[in-house]
Amino acid sequence: MTPHSEADLAQMITAASGPLRIVGGGTRPIGRVTGEILDVSAMSGITLYEPGALTLVAKAGTPIAEIETALAAQNQRLAFEPMDHRTLLGTKGTPTIGGVVAANVSGPRRIAVGACRDFMLGVRFVDGTGNIIKNGGRVMKNVTGYDLVKLMTGAYGTLGVLTEVSLKVLPAVETTLSLTLTGLDDAAAIRAMSAALSSPYEVTGVAHDPSTATTNFRLEGFKASVAYRADELRKKLAPFGAASEAKTDWTAIRDVHAFAKQQGDVWRISVKPSDAAALTAKLGATSVQYDWGGGLIWALCPVGHDLRAAMGDTAGHATLVRGTGCGPTFHPEPAPIAAITAGLRAKFDPRNILNTGIMS
Amino acid sequence: MEMPVPSALVISRKDQLVSRLREVLPRDAVISDISETRAYECDGLTAYRCPPLCAVLPANTAEVAAVLRICHEMNVPVVPRGSGTSLAGGALPTADCVILGVAKMSGVIETNYDDRYIRVQTGRTNLSVTGAVEANGFFYAPDPSSQLACAIAGNIAMNSGGAHCLKYGVTTNNLMGVTMVMMDGSVVEIGGAHLDAGGLDLLGVICGSEGQLGVVTEATLRILHKPEGARPVLMGYDNSEVAGQVVTDIIKAGVLPVAIEFMDRPCIEATEKFAKAGYPMCEALLIVEVEGSDAEIDAQLALIMEIAAKHNPVELREAKSADEAARIWLGRKSAFGAMGQINDYMCLDGTIPVSSLPFVLKRIGEMSKEFGLDVGNVFHAGDGNMHPLILFDANKEGDLELCEEFGAEILKLCVEVGGCLTGEHGVGIEKRDLMHVQFAPADLEAQMAVKDVFDPKWLLNPAKVFPLDSSAQRRVA
Repeated sequence: MTPHSEADLAQMITAASGPLRIVGGGTRPIGRVTGEILDVSAMSGITLYEPGALTLVAKAGTPIAEIETALAAQNQRLAFEPMDHRTLLGTKGTPTIGGVVAANVSGPRRIAVGACRDFMLGVRFVDGTGNIIKNGGRVMKNVTGYDLVKLMTGAYGTLGVLTEVSLKVLPAVETTLSLTLTGLDDAAAIRAMSAALSSPYEVTGVAHDPSTATTNFRLEGFKASVAYRADELRKKLAPFGAASEAKTDWTAIRDVHAFAKQQGDVWRISVKPSDAAALTAKLGATSVQYDWGGGLIWALCPVGHDLRAAMGDTAGHATLVRGTGCGPTFHPEPAPIAAITAGLRAKFDPRNILNTGIMS
Repeated sequence: MEMPVPSALVISRKDQLVSRLREVLPRDAVISDISETRAYECDGLTAYRCPPLCAVLPANTAEVAAVLRICHEMNVPVVPRGSGTSLAGGALPTADCVILGVAKMSGVIETNYDDRYIRVQTGRTNLSVTGAVEANGFFYAPDPSSQLACAIAGNIAMNSGGAHCLKYGVTTNNLMGVTMVMMDGSVVEIGGAHLDAGGLDLLGVICGSEGQLGVVTEATLRILHKPEGARPVLMGYDNSEVAGQVVTDIIKAGVLPVAIEFMDRPCIEATEKFAKAGYPMCEALLIVEVEGSDAEIDAQLALIMEIAAKHNPVELREAKSADEAARIWLGRKSAFGAMGQINDYMCLDGTIPVSSLPFVLKRIGEMSKEFGLDVGNVFHAGDGNMHPLILFDANKEGDLELCEEFGAEILKLCVEVGGCLTGEHGVGIEKRDLMHVQFAPADLEAQMAVKDVFDPKWLLNPAKVFPLDSSAQRRVA
């Protein structure tokens, strides 16, 4: 089914007799789900953009590319730098803002400015019984009632089908400069990245590639400011080696190009950065990439490898992003949390028809 | 403000409740004498008062759990209280409730500079979180005006903001994890030192839920290294529309100041009499602050001053020293106190799209004449969060009611232009019955459904946030 409006969608959900699989651009088939395809891509278009207020409202099916083009024309951007999964997953199609929000997709800049959820100002959605619901709005500060905007962001459509989202946007950056350290082992690289993130120099990307032993640091802003901070950061990183200016491809880091052509399952693990090196050592992964100063590990593993067993009791969570893996796609939750989650799903989707089971 | 009729049954069982609470808490942690419970009769919204049935001051998560288990069994409503600074009545008791104060829980549990977080008990004050890490050059970013007194528990409940949130975000953007006690006494851990906890974003909905979903006893907070420096500029304009345009132009130029504050003429006049900060007498005054090294600040301010100068300012003043910076901030920081010198005042905090500023200020001016009450406007201009201060005389009969009516009209106007009822103070009881203006019944149902899951008996802070008629059936169930 292909709704063309929120009212269409509400009718279709009310009339639905079985499970629905919600699809936007279809570029991030994460999680296992079956059901009749509910294609939301026809609900598309930017409905409001106020550059002076740093706010943009768009229907859920709006292509990310359309939004980025509109923002670029006003010298603005989506600061959370949403990852494009197509290269890693080998998918085709057009990534949409609804998909980005439903999966809370962020990129390397997440460590500095926040995740997609931190830029979300408002949502409109249709719940599992066909009710049209709005929450939040289009202003930057809003504590009026419960924040269902956060709850909907990253819920993979299981609480409702997004129809419109409103976002905080930020000015584009004038200058980007990358510094690179080479030859560090994982533990040293993470210490170097932590040193950078614990400085006042506003580093907006910190990633480490163990296969080439390169550690990358990104600075953004006005030219003179970037030059000044690059000098200071070099001094701060001196104990780890001489950092040199590099032409780092942050899109390749964001989209994990390193694993695109390699066979195997791909896992995404969120941990405390200082746990990352020790965790990686026991993961049994074929290869890893670090982002977010070590807080995000991308692990390429042999097909069917039981990564969660290898994680043991390290605090954090692992999501299977590509492949069949072993165990559930999303990290199993402790019983009290699972009970709350199940309770919320039962309220918002009592017939259990929206992307059923996608987050397990 | 209407409050639900207290339960006679609960009140009649006070002795039994108190003795059960004394079994699980030290003697001095249960306050039941009417002369002492009066200390908890109100929060920052002092126009409304009601002593609770009793108050408890647990010292840790286990004691909170024990208290909630008893109240859950005995069907006693619980009103959590941070430091009691809420301006919205978020911690206002009912006569049949237990006030659960977190003041004794003020410890630092862990600081980790490599991973940039601090874990604290939530009775700790906002400013003392920064106090615990500033020797190492770090700070906790959200900075509500009450930060000297307000507790992290209340910050999380209200998702508090501050003057610097344009750059650093509000509480929800700086909260990584919580330990929370559910109304039935069970303890849940959500999030932690790693980012973006898997599963549904429960942390996101807990933050800002006004103490209605659980009692947060411990919190993991993101800390940041302090910027090298910060410096403000002051600019005055003869017309608020022009000032609004200056804000837009600054933002469009790609500069992201940490704060953009706005004051209108009534507010400038009041603060000048009070604080003598040397502000120009004009229609609209802006304070814009930027951060960085000296050279970076110079560069950013040069750009801002260039934009400001294009719009014919009546005054343009750049702070050249720490002393001059303090003078620029002096008036703004004294604004509330200054208005209080003139009269009693009610402080609103609706948010509007920045583009609507001139229209909203004009309408507020017209309404001020209609209601016969003066208003001063202080405004976080970068993010659209207004703070109209309506002056009234609490000793004059009917003045408070008139002021509330005027306030409600202003908040309705905020919603009408695409904004919201509250930007950072919360709904509490103050804006509870205006929720219908912003939300349709289905929108409120969806929010109340969340409370149904966390607190099926509706015992936690039940008379807040939702209009009483909307929540009536749930509260009696």
